[in-house]
Amino acid sequence: MAVAIKINGNTHSVDVDDDTPLLWVLRDVLGMTGTKFGCGMALCGACTVQIDGVATRSCITTVDSLGESEVTTIEAIGSTPAGAKIQKAWLEHEVPQCGYCQSGQIMSASALLAANPNPTDADIDDAMSGNICRCGTYVRIRAAIKLAAQSAGNGG
Amino acid sequence: MTIDHALTERGSRQSLLPANLSRRSFLKASAAIGGGLVLSLHLPSSRNTARASEAAGFEPNAIIRIDGNGEVFLTMPYVEMGQGTYTAIPMLIAEELEVSLDKVHLEHAPPNEQFYANPLLGVQATGNSNAMRGAWKPMREAGATARMMLVAAAAKEWSVDPGTCRAQGGEVIHDETGKRLTYGALVGAAANMPVQKDVALKSADSFTLIGKPIKRLDTPTKVNGTAIYGIDVRPPGVKIATLAQSPVFGGRVKSLDDAAALAVKGVRQVVRLDDAVAVVADHMGAAKKGMEALQIEWDDGQHASLATEDIARELDKATMSPGAVAQNIGDVDKAMGSAVTRVEASYQLPFLAHAPMEPMNCTVHFRKDECEIWIGNQAIARVQAMAAQAAGLPQEKVIVHNHLIGGGFGRRLEADGAVRAVEIAKQVDSPVKVVWTREEDIQHDLYRPYWFDRLSAGLDDKGRPIAWKNRFAGSSVIARWLPPGFKDGLDPDSTEGAIDLVYDLPNFHVEYVRAEPPAIPTGFWRSVGPSHNVFVTESFVDELAAAAKQDPVAYRRALLDKSPRAKAVLDLAAEKAGWGSTLPEGSGRGVSLQFVFGSYMAQVAEVEVAKDGTVQLRRVVCAMDCGTPVNPNTIEAQIQSGIIFGATAALYGEITLKNGRVEQTNFDSYQMLRINEAPAIEVHIMASTEPPGGMGETGTSAIVPAIANAIYAATGTRLRKMPANPGLLKRA
Ligand code: FES
Ligand code: FES
Repeated sequence: MAVAIKINGNTHSVDVDDDTPLLWVLRDVLGMTGTKFGCGMALCGACTVQIDGVATRSCITTVDSLGESEVTTIEAIGSTPAGAKIQKAWLEHEVPQCGYCQSGQIMSASALLAANPNPTDADIDDAMSGNICRCGTYVRIRAAIKLAAQSAGNGG
Repeated sequence: MTIDHALTERGSRQSLLPANLSRRSFLKASAAIGGGLVLSLHLPSSRNTARASEAAGFEPNAIIRIDGNGEVFLTMPYVEMGQGTYTAIPMLIAEELEVSLDKVHLEHAPPNEQFYANPLLGVQATGNSNAMRGAWKPMREAGATARMMLVAAAAKEWSVDPGTCRAQGGEVIHDETGKRLTYGALVGAAANMPVQKDVALKSADSFTLIGKPIKRLDTPTKVNGTAIYGIDVRPPGVKIATLAQSPVFGGRVKSLDDAAALAVKGVRQVVRLDDAVAVVADHMGAAKKGMEALQIEWDDGQHASLATEDIARELDKATMSPGAVAQNIGDVDKAMGSAVTRVEASYQLPFLAHAPMEPMNCTVHFRKDECEIWIGNQAIARVQAMAAQAAGLPQEKVIVHNHLIGGGFGRRLEADGAVRAVEIAKQVDSPVKVVWTREEDIQHDLYRPYWFDRLSAGLDDKGRPIAWKNRFAGSSVIARWLPPGFKDGLDPDSTEGAIDLVYDLPNFHVEYVRAEPPAIPTGFWRSVGPSHNVFVTESFVDELAAAAKQDPVAYRRALLDKSPRAKAVLDLAAEKAGWGSTLPEGSGRGVSLQFVFGSYMAQVAEVEVAKDGTVQLRRVVCAMDCGTPVNPNTIEAQIQSGIIFGATAALYGEITLKNGRVEQTNFDSYQMLRINEAPAIEVHIMASTEPPGGMGETGTSAIVPAIANAIYAATGTRLRKMPANPGLLKRA
């Protein structure tokens, strides 16, 4: 049975089992490889996408659970105001090292910023502690989120 | 000075670098097809220098091409793993060539063991913090040589003395007449100019790029999802496979029932190997579901009852008998006899997995008489050679495409994944991408060896160490990975950080006992030898300071009169950390000092130990002298990275075996430091004009003893077995 899912404003019909995690549909069926696989168990955040604006682990989100929801991935997050600010701050602070975790980091950070324009350190910890960075870019992630928040505050 | 200055300064790595090694870079110029100037450049190494002189020919291993638009293309033998190599090495050329950095473009080096050997490793590999150390002089020389040929071509065109011309911003300028020509216009003529010998390199004070914080060139694609890692490749018709390898090392498949797996929607095929099974499907979701539906019975083989304790016991035993002498200075036994105080300790370090964020993967298209491979790897020539063997094809029939690496840390210096993928692909008609689940990745790694170390020291009446003895046992990765590198019972990796301490130790004796654990494979792990040795030596120095009832910084400082660079970083770290100021109850500061990979580093860690024994790393202050800091921006990032990596190991890292199986499976049982646990990190980089040292791995080795020493300061409990065990640190 084909399932219809809405991703980045487009509706895709995919012919997979209902319980297939969204991650594999994105990466292997639709070829959107910006969303990464890290653990498959909601432990690392590499696969983070936004579902109706909420940061969500696509590795445990089955396609049949999506219904009418809007999925946003790293490929399109730059067209949201928070996403654009986060990406800009990420470049400014040169956050990525190997870069593999960064799609997920950016998806979590832009969901945070969209919901909370002035996150405290504790807010950042809460929103970002589900995203592992094996390269240890945490210091710069924190700084970049604060920079993005500042630019948001200035109407940036 | 030459690039190996920093390395040989204290005798480090000498066994890989023959004394008569010529450091002159060989350069050759030619015209490019379709116009342009090509400089082929030879980075000499112990191995391929010999080979080159044998053949009496010239073997380039890096190529610089300047085209008719003045754009510069660089083919180089190093891969980008997040350490900023792709930015720092172009900086070297741009600096001497007098072009802006955005004119320099990188092209991937094809796998060729002879052409692209890294001069320090002798084989084509990026590891060991060595990219910048290998490239520092030859790449600048190449840039300067090209610049002089361009100047010569312009001078000839204008019939003026080349000495009256200068190069700037991609142009040659003749100030007297105001004439100028772009490099693009000059490349054709420049190709016919003689290659000048002994070009003068810029002095440090005239650098315009080197030493400036430069943005990395590879960042933009990593923030918008377009960067392509090995796991992202999609050759037409590719199928996705996942695999299960024998849970016990050395076991094999006894029986297999794949009926239920083949019934899963999207599953195409089940591949049975001698010691592994793979499910091939349209997508990873189906492959994983198919894998769960498989009924595999394993024959566990002879290691079915192996446990970590057995291995530790064997290593302990191994340190009771003499090993190969790695260093001997003075007369340790005599000095020990005259010591007023004796201190003894033994230390243990666990097996560790690499767990890069990008799980192991490799894509292979096996065709009748050739084989195409897509991978992200630190040693692609090794991949090509081993894949060819697995494929039963000559090496030239194996085409390897290298990609960005989602974390290497030593894991991707290995070709086991490519071999596995070839074995599977041989039974599949289409291209197949083999993706390890995280569980497979952690349970079938090549692990940082388990180490057992036995140390003793004798102190005089002032508490100074007059005798130092160290005997340690563990696996030699080099003996497997690069057999000629293991000689007379020693290899330079296993002993780095143990035999070349910064301290004044007049009677010093170190032995290494190679002891291979049964079944469990071992591999390079970020910072390799020092990740083990610096923990041990810096913990032991701390124990000596405690035995002498002296402050850990003051104690170290008194032993550094012959090592001013070490003393300077120690002083700086202590000062910036506020060493000596009081901390609340349950908190403590610990220091570490090292000279490894050609760089000096001191760290001060501040920890807080809760009543239940859990440790919080609050703050790390790091002072570093890494010679000329080529790109301070990436150096800072690399050190932060190394500290988090090492702190993860110190607080959580441990792979254990039970019944022949690795007990850890995913990030719940093999924990990573997360942002809420990350310390504040301050990095202070010393100004220097010495040749650059390594930095990608230095932060990792220094933080582990700094944390252990801080825990001692906070609790009075000395950690001699890592990782930190909250059970030992609990207070009533
Ligand atoms: S892959 Fe989904 S959280 Fe790790
Ligand atoms: S940048 Fe490499 S895992 Fe985060």
